[in-house]
Amino acid sequence: MSNAITMVEAVNLALGRAMSQDEKVVLLGEDIGTNGGVFRATVDLKAKFGNKRVLDTPLAETMIAGLAVGMAAQGLKAVAEIQFMGFIFPTMEHIVGHAARLRNRTRGRLSCPLVLRAPYGGGIHAPEHHSESTEALFAHIPGLRVVIPSSPARAYGLLLAAIDCPDPVLFLEPKRIYRASKQPVEDNGVPLPLDTCFTLREGDDITLISWGAMISETLQAADRLADEGVSCEVIDVATLNPLDLDTMLASVTKTGRCVIVHEAPKSGAVGAEIAASLSERGLLELRAPIARVAGYDTVMPYYRLENHYMPNSADVIDAVRQTLEFA
Amino acid sequence: MKPSREQQLWMYEQMLVSRYFEESIEKIYMEGKSPAFNMANGPIPGEMHLSNGQEPCAVGVCAHLDADDVVTSTHRPHHVAIAKGVDLDRMTAEIFGKKTGLSGGRGGHMHIFDADVNFSCSGIIAQGMGPAVGAALSRQLQRKGGVAVAFLGEGAANQGAFHESLNLAAVWKLPVVFVIEDNAWGISVAKSASTAIERNDQRAAAYGMPGHFIPGNDPLAIFEVAGEAIARARRGEGPTLIEIETYRLAGHFMGDAEGYRPEGEKDALFAKDPIPKFRNHLKASIGWTDADDAELVARAHGLVDGAIAFARDSAYPEPEEALEKVFV
Repeated sequence: MSNAITMVEAVNLALGRAMSQDEKVVLLGEDIGTNGGVFRATVDLKAKFGNKRVLDTPLAETMIAGLAVGMAAQGLKAVAEIQFMGFIFPTMEHIVGHAARLRNRTRGRLSCPLVLRAPYGGGIHAPEHHSESTEALFAHIPGLRVVIPSSPARAYGLLLAAIDCPDPVLFLEPKRIYRASKQPVEDNGVPLPLDTCFTLREGDDITLISWGAMISETLQAADRLADEGVSCEVIDVATLNPLDLDTMLASVTKTGRCVIVHEAPKSGAVGAEIAASLSERGLLELRAPIARVAGYDTVMPYYRLENHYMPNSADVIDAVRQTLEFA
Repeated sequence: MKPSREQQLWMYEQMLVSRYFEESIEKIYMEGKSPAFNMANGPIPGEMHLSNGQEPCAVGVCAHLDADDVVTSTHRPHHVAIAKGVDLDRMTAEIFGKKTGLSGGRGGHMHIFDADVNFSCSGIIAQGMGPAVGAALSRQLQRKGGVAVAFLGEGAANQGAFHESLNLAAVWKLPVVFVIEDNAWGISVAKSASTAIERNDQRAAAYGMPGHFIPGNDPLAIFEVAGEAIARARRGEGPTLIEIETYRLAGHFMGDAEGYRPEGEKDALFAKDPIPKFRNHLKASIGWTDADDAELVARAHGLVDGAIAFARDSAYPEPEEALEKVFV
């Protein structure tokens, strides 16, 4: 019988499992060793695996990403933690400039497998750099997988898959739900598939597409809409690059209506890419414009305004009603 | 540590190969690019950064390395690649954008990767340093032996990655050596206008590692200093920072009018060209003759001509291949 655990505990469990299975897996990052990480994602791993497998680095994100690239070239699998997504920009030199393009640039002769983990998103009343959702900046990059779990079990399975993956993976952990709920997770070492959406709930009237912490708002909306007799299909995108458009298109073809929910600012976000792609491929299946429930096009506001910024289930319900009422 | 006769001849030969390679590339690069210079024309389109004059940095360091050791180089990588033993045929084909290139013609002259000899380079300033430190960390963690050498220009010493790399390498005592090729110019900006101190080896003190400055673009002096630094790294005693005064006898890139250089600077540099200087040294020290020299020059030219013929004769990749291998 598996214990019910939180998402951050599931991350810890997956890291420990991957390290047990493969001695080439090495963790590095700021405060991840002795301290166990500011969110405790790496707690006890240094004690268990030693200081050659869990490395406390200087506060130097360019270097952390550069190390991971060099380690990949020499046969180690670096799983690097960037403490907050707001600190991730210096890593782009290496992640965008080197790691993501090596496979294509060498026509598949070389690759750069590494995992960059970062807590991301709002909902913990932290200042802007500790609350942003900038996943679209990375999902735009060919060759860089962007993966976001939405539950403890998917965090466990997707992180194992990310560590197994022969390509670089940016693994973004929605910190708002790090400890929001518990779920039984069996430590069986079984990865979940990447590049695949998860249909969390089947329905006929409308397709709700989301990821990360917004999944729980979306599921709550679907519950309440069910009480009104509206049948929602809920899809967790999970891998934001490359997108599993086939699954989303099949659902929209069935329902004819679609609402996309994310907390990142609306313009130029991954939701826009999904909406454009679904329109390109399935315009004639749509019975209403695709709606987006998203964050505002502004800097993530400080905590007093956070609840106004973050989309919630009521916003999703409003968007669903408008979409259903369209002609 | 003085180089043996064989080591000196190896260094000299690599310099000859490198120089003739650059001279050949220069000619081919200009095919189709005159009278109006258009970067997009000719058999080698795009930017081209030649290393004429900087050969001593490559040979003096790489004389101490074997295929297992790791080197990361810069946007000006040919001399280092040659001295590191990168496959010349496939490197040349890569520069031509041909299918037989090291990266299948997808990378070009600033993106030369040869995993067989652990060589890579980056067109982004100072961004080979982190991967070199990561490679050194891998060797240390896996107790595999081998060292990493990161080549960089003097302009790269003002990048954040430079400081992050030196600090971490020193904290963890990693087997890595940082080699600055100081050619005095960051494209058009003089070192004195961009760098707060005269010599970057002074920065080593800030990171608790040995720093050395080597004047005069002298392959023998470079051999000695680099040899000590690499031996120190192999002994597990940590990193070293070396700055080499070298000469960029070409422009920053092909097509650079070099209007920023003071009058007479280029002539003075050509007067100090390290290749004739090394030849004279060999004649004076080991009885090197003109006949010996002609034979070695012919061999170097043959190697380069063969590589260029290989590149010219190779096919271009198919356009649709660009869409493949984005993800596994």
